[in-house]
Amino acid sequence: MLSVRGLSAGYGAARVLFDVDLEVGAGEVVALLGRNGMGKTTTVRAITGLLPPTAGEIVFGTTRLDGSPPHKAAQAGIGLVPEGRQIFPTLTVEENLVATAASRFGPPRWTKERVYDLFPRLRERRRQMGSQLSGGEQQMLAIGRALMTNPKLMILDEATEGLAPLIRREIWSCIATLKAEGESILVIDKSLDALIRVADRHVVLEKGHVVWTGTTAELVADRAQVEKRLHV
Amino acid sequence: MSLTLFAVQTLNGLQFGLMLFLVAAGLTLVFGVMDFINLAHGVQYMLGAYLTAVLAKVTGGFFTALLLAMPLTLLLGLVLERLVFRPLYARGHLDQVLATFGVILIVNEAVKLAFGAAPISVPVPEILSGSVRLMDGLLFPVYRLAIIGAGLGTALLLWLVIDGTRFGMLVRAGATNAPMVSALGVDVRRLFTAVTAFGAMLAGFAGAMVTPILSVEPGMGDGVLILAFVVIVVGGVGSIRGAFIAALIVGLVDTLGRSFATDLLKLVMSASTANHVGPALSSMAIYLLMAGVLAFRPAGLFPSRSAG
Ligand SMILES: Nc1ncnc2c1ncn2[C@@H]1O[C@H](COP(=O)(O)OP(=O)(O)OP(=O)(O)O)[C@@H](O)[C@H]1O
Ligand SMILES: [Mg+2]
Repeated sequence: MLSVRGLSAGYGAARVLFDVDLEVGAGEVVALLGRNGMGKTTTVRAITGLLPPTAGEIVFGTTRLDGSPPHKAAQAGIGLVPEGRQIFPTLTVEENLVATAASRFGPPRWTKERVYDLFPRLRERRRQMGSQLSGGEQQMLAIGRALMTNPKLMILDEATEGLAPLIRREIWSCIATLKAEGESILVIDKSLDALIRVADRHVVLEKGHVVWTGTTAELVADRAQVEKRLHV
Repeated sequence: MSLTLFAVQTLNGLQFGLMLFLVAAGLTLVFGVMDFINLAHGVQYMLGAYLTAVLAKVTGGFFTALLLAMPLTLLLGLVLERLVFRPLYARGHLDQVLATFGVILIVNEAVKLAFGAAPISVPVPEILSGSVRLMDGLLFPVYRLAIIGAGLGTALLLWLVIDGTRFGMLVRAGATNAPMVSALGVDVRRLFTAVTAFGAMLAGFAGAMVTPILSVEPGMGDGVLILAFVVIVVGGVGSIRGAFIAALIVGLVDTLGRSFATDLLKLVMSASTANHVGPALSSMAIYLLMAGVLAFRPAGLFPSRSAG
């Protein structure tokens, strides 16, 4: 479904990604791992068109995405839950959900009501401004907002970062629900345990290079080796 | 300083503020959504006025002229956006300022060549001529009341669009985080083209409405542009609500300052000093106001980038 080959990208003269390969199949959950500053978010920005790649090929379904603007990636079916949530502070919760809502591939699977069922707290706060939400609620809203574009692939960049344990558990259970529904997901997170529970395959980045890749079973077998690359 | 004069000048200030709002609304959205500084926005105001003045001469009717001028200003906004603004989005503010300043010079000269440097006057439409008695000894021109009505009506309409429609949501979202709007599947370029054209039409509408009370001449948009910038800075870049409040404040402060500053100063200083200081102070009043607001609220009264 998503196929990234030989991706290079950077900011100005600073190169951040070197020849990154990454695949996400239909219905698959793939984890992207790595220490701080290793290029995970940069990979996501390149895939979603927010940062033009300097080399490489990004194909989603049958659409070539490298070099196209961000709305093309979204229209092709990528739903982004960005690092730092980035919900719209001057829109209400409900407006955040509907402003960019779309159903480009047949009847919508996700509607406002279904998002509210997934996150009842958002229903309670539907008339509040985005800026008035707690961090956890903002995260739920960012996930709901991406689901409302009825994507084929969800990309979640550090969706549990900085949240209380209880809220984290809620986010993870939401991701598990999405997986059970057959959603394809590319997930970035620091919690290896949670990723082992939910992901099918794992890709580890180090200084912009892919240094390890394998299935969850392989990761469990090779855990010590991989963990060395994740902790300082 | 009589009460009647004060009331009249308050209404004049209100009318001036509403016209400023129409110009500032487009400017603040364009600046807010695309981070684009468009000095040529005042040109749209002038073109609205010229189109209306010329069409009024040709067709003989002010309202026909107004009706024809509006789609034309929209079209001119689209053309300017496509030809001049688009290549500038990715550039820095300095390039934008220089290029759009160039547009001002070119259009001002073009207008001079086409219609001459002499001001054109437009008669007040028949049914809106004359004055009404608002209270004892207070006569106010019907046409100025009509401008106030039209300004308030447009502000209301704009509020309904920005607050109640999907387009409005995207504009507000774009003002705080345009890349994110794009990453969620909206072509922000098209959104921006729409906003620019829409803003150009609002400025053109303001220009059209003032033709019967101001002289239509080359460069008439320049002063308005500067005031509109004061308005959006005071109101908070990207905020329509901020632009509305700030435009009324600026309109009132400027108009009332010009008529009463000298009288007020006479209460605390000698008449001759007041006669010197008054006019100088009143022409600075809105800039002092801006400095004051920025000292306490650097992002303006209603900052759209953080919250509210
Ligand atoms: N806007 C930017 N301009 C310049 N350099 C940047 C920018 N954003 C990130 N970088 C650099 O690119 C490198 C990779 O950053 P990136 O955000 O992709 O890391 P990450 O793996 O997502 O890290 P984290 O776990 O902290 O989110 C880092 O060295 C970072 O300093
Ligand atoms: Mg990151």
